[in-house]
Amino acid sequence: MAGEPTEKAEMSSVSERRAGVPAGLWTRCQKCGQMVYEKEVAEALNVCPSCGFHRRVDARTRIRQLVDPESFEEFAADLQTVDPLEFKDRIPYKERIREEQEKTGEKDAVIVGRAFIRGRAVVLAVMNPGFIMASMGAVVGEKITRAIEKGADENLPVILVTASGGARMQEGMVSLVQMAKTSAALARLHDAGGLCIVVATDPTTAGVAASFASLGDVIVAEPGAMIGFAGPRVIANTIKAELPEGFQTAEFMLEHGFVDRIVARGELRKELARLIDYCGK
Amino acid sequence: MSSTTIDTESPDLLAANVGFLEFEAPLARIHNDIEQMRREARESGRDLTADVARQAKRFGQTIRKLYASLSPWETVQVARHPKRPLVPDYIQRIFRDFCELHGDRLHGDDHAIITGFARLGGHKVMLVGHNKGRDLKERIKCNFGCAHPEGYRKALAKMKLAEKFGLPVVCLIDTQGAYPGVGAEERGIASAIAVNLFEMSRLRTPIVCAVIGEGGSGGALGIGVGDRVAMFQHSFYSVISPEGCAAILWKTGEKAKQAAEALNLTSKSLKALNLIDHIIPEPAGGAHRFPDQAAANLEACLCDALRDLKRLKIETILKRRYDRLRHIGGFFSSAQEEVRIAASQAVRTVRRAAAPRLTGRLASRRATSLPAAAHAG
Ligand SMILES: [Zn+2]
Repeated sequence: MAGEPTEKAEMSSVSERRAGVPAGLWTRCQKCGQMVYEKEVAEALNVCPSCGFHRRVDARTRIRQLVDPESFEEFAADLQTVDPLEFKDRIPYKERIREEQEKTGEKDAVIVGRAFIRGRAVVLAVMNPGFIMASMGAVVGEKITRAIEKGADENLPVILVTASGGARMQEGMVSLVQMAKTSAALARLHDAGGLCIVVATDPTTAGVAASFASLGDVIVAEPGAMIGFAGPRVIANTIKAELPEGFQTAEFMLEHGFVDRIVARGELRKELARLIDYCGK
Repeated sequence: MSSTTIDTESPDLLAANVGFLEFEAPLARIHNDIEQMRREARESGRDLTADVARQAKRFGQTIRKLYASLSPWETVQVARHPKRPLVPDYIQRIFRDFCELHGDRLHGDDHAIITGFARLGGHKVMLVGHNKGRDLKERIKCNFGCAHPEGYRKALAKMKLAEKFGLPVVCLIDTQGAYPGVGAEERGIASAIAVNLFEMSRLRTPIVCAVIGEGGSGGALGIGVGDRVAMFQHSFYSVISPEGCAAILWKTGEKAKQAAEALNLTSKSLKALNLIDHIIPEPAGGAHRFPDQAAANLEACLCDALRDLKRLKIETILKRRYDRLRHIGGFFSSAQEEVRIAASQAVRTVRRAAAPRLTGRLASRRATSLPAAAHAG
C-alpha cells in the first residue's frame, strides 16, 4: 500500500488528541533529555526525532499506525471482567476497572480485530499499556485466544502486539490459567499450519512474556523495549548485585537468542508485510 | 479429616520434630501442660494419668478443629512448613523403582526439577517434580525449588520421551516460582515456560498434575498443564506470593495475610472456582505430621486419575485438555452473549454454544460456590 505520508499525518493528529498534548508544544524527551516538538514526535509515530526513543503508545494509536486506513474491524469488543474473586485491596477491583475504563475509553487491556496491513488480511491483537499495565486477566486471555482461533479458522496470519506487566493479580489464578489457555490456542494454530508474528513492545514481561509473547513463529521487538520474565528489582534483591547494563531489553533478548529481529516502529508495516509474504500467508 | 483414621490424640507424636506454627499456639499450650503434668507426676509420685489422658484428648480435638478450617494465610504457613514432605519423600513412599534421568541436552542439570521413570500403583510413569531440598546444603543445590530454564527444558524433554513410549506423565508441583536471576533471563526463562505450556497442551500422552506444597505462579504452571489438576488440601496455588501481592497492591509486605485472603489461593477456593479438579485430603495436623498417610492419599488420587485417563483415546484426551483450558478461565461477561443465552433458552436449540459457560455458569457459580469459598477462611 502506498500513501504512508498521508497516513502519518492522519495518525499524528489522532495521537495528539489522545495524549492530550496540544499541537505545537515542546516537551523534553524522557530518554535523551532533548527538547522535542510534539507534532514532530507524533509524525514520527511517537518516536523521539532526536534519539529514536520509542515511546509507549495506546492501542488505538498503535492500530492506526499499523493497519491500512479504515481497515480495522474490531471483534469481541464488549467483553468485560466479572471480577471473579470479588477482589479488594486498598480499593475494590471493580472500582479500579471503572476508573481505567473511564481513563482509556476501553473495556479492558487488549483490542482485537481483523485488518489489512499493506493489503494483506490479518488478525491483529494490540495490548494497551495504559490499562492497568496491560495486565492479563480473563478478558485479555479470552480475546487473545479468540484472535488466535480466528486466525486458525480463517487461515489468516495472527499479529500479536504485546505489552504487559504480566498476569492481573486481582483475578488471581483465573489470570494465571490464561497463560496456558493462550499457549494452547497457539499450539492449535501451529498444528493447523497458521502463522503467528509477535511484535514485542515496551514492556513485555512476566506472565505474558512466559506465554504467547514467546511463542510467535517470528518474534520481532521494538528497539529498547523491556522484555523479560522476573522484575528487575526482584532479581537485584535475589542476587544482591547490580544488574548488567541493558539487561532485559529487546537488544539483550536478541543477543541471547529469544528475539528474531529488532524493528523500528516506522518500519513495522513494511516488515510485517514482508514476513507474511515469506511465510506465504 | 473424614478420610483418615490417624490417631490425632498422641501429642508426643504430633509435636515430635515438627514443632508448632504460630496459629498452633493452642496446641503448644496443651502440649506444655501435658509435659508439666508428667514432670509433676514424676517428681511428686502422684498418679496424673487421667489428667494427661484428658489433655491428650483435648489436643486431638483442637488439632482437628484447627485443621478443619485453616485460613488462607495459615494454609500458606502449612504449605511452606520446613518439614512438609517433598517430592523425594513421595518418591520414597509411593514411586517404586525410580530411575532418575538428568539430561536437558542443552545447558546443564537443574536440581530444582527432578525427572525420571517410576512405577506408581500398576502404572509405569514419567515423574516430573520440583525439589526444594531438605537441609540447607541440598536447598542451596536446588535453589530452594526455584527452577532455571534448563529445569523446564529437562522436564519437557522427559515428557516427550514419555510421549514417545506411551507413558503417562505425573507432575508434582512445589515451588515458590521460577528462579529470578540474571542467568535465568539470559537463557530465556520466559521462553522455557511458554514452550512448556504450548507443548504440554498437545502432548500425546495423559498428564496428571498435583500441587503438593507451594504452587508459585508461572514457575508452577510451567509443569502444570494437564488433564487433571489436583491439590493437597493444605497446599496453595497462586498467581503471585501473598507477600509480593501485598507489596504491590497494599504497598507493604505486612498485608500478606489480607492478600492471601483476597487471592483465593486455597484448594477449597480454587475447586469452587472450577480451576482445579480434585482436592487431596490431608490428615488433621497436616502432611508434615503424617507423611505416610499423605503419600497414600496422593497415590490414590493419582492412580484414580491415571486409570480414568487410560480408558480414553488420546484424541479424546487432547480434545478435553484443550476444552478444559479453553473454559476454566471463562470469567467475563458480554452484552451480546447474554442476548445469545436468552435466545437459546427460549428456542432451546443452539444450547451449549460458547456463551452459556461464561455468564450463565458463572452466575450460578457465584450464587452457590463463592460464599462457600469465602467460608474457607
Ligand atoms: Zn530522545
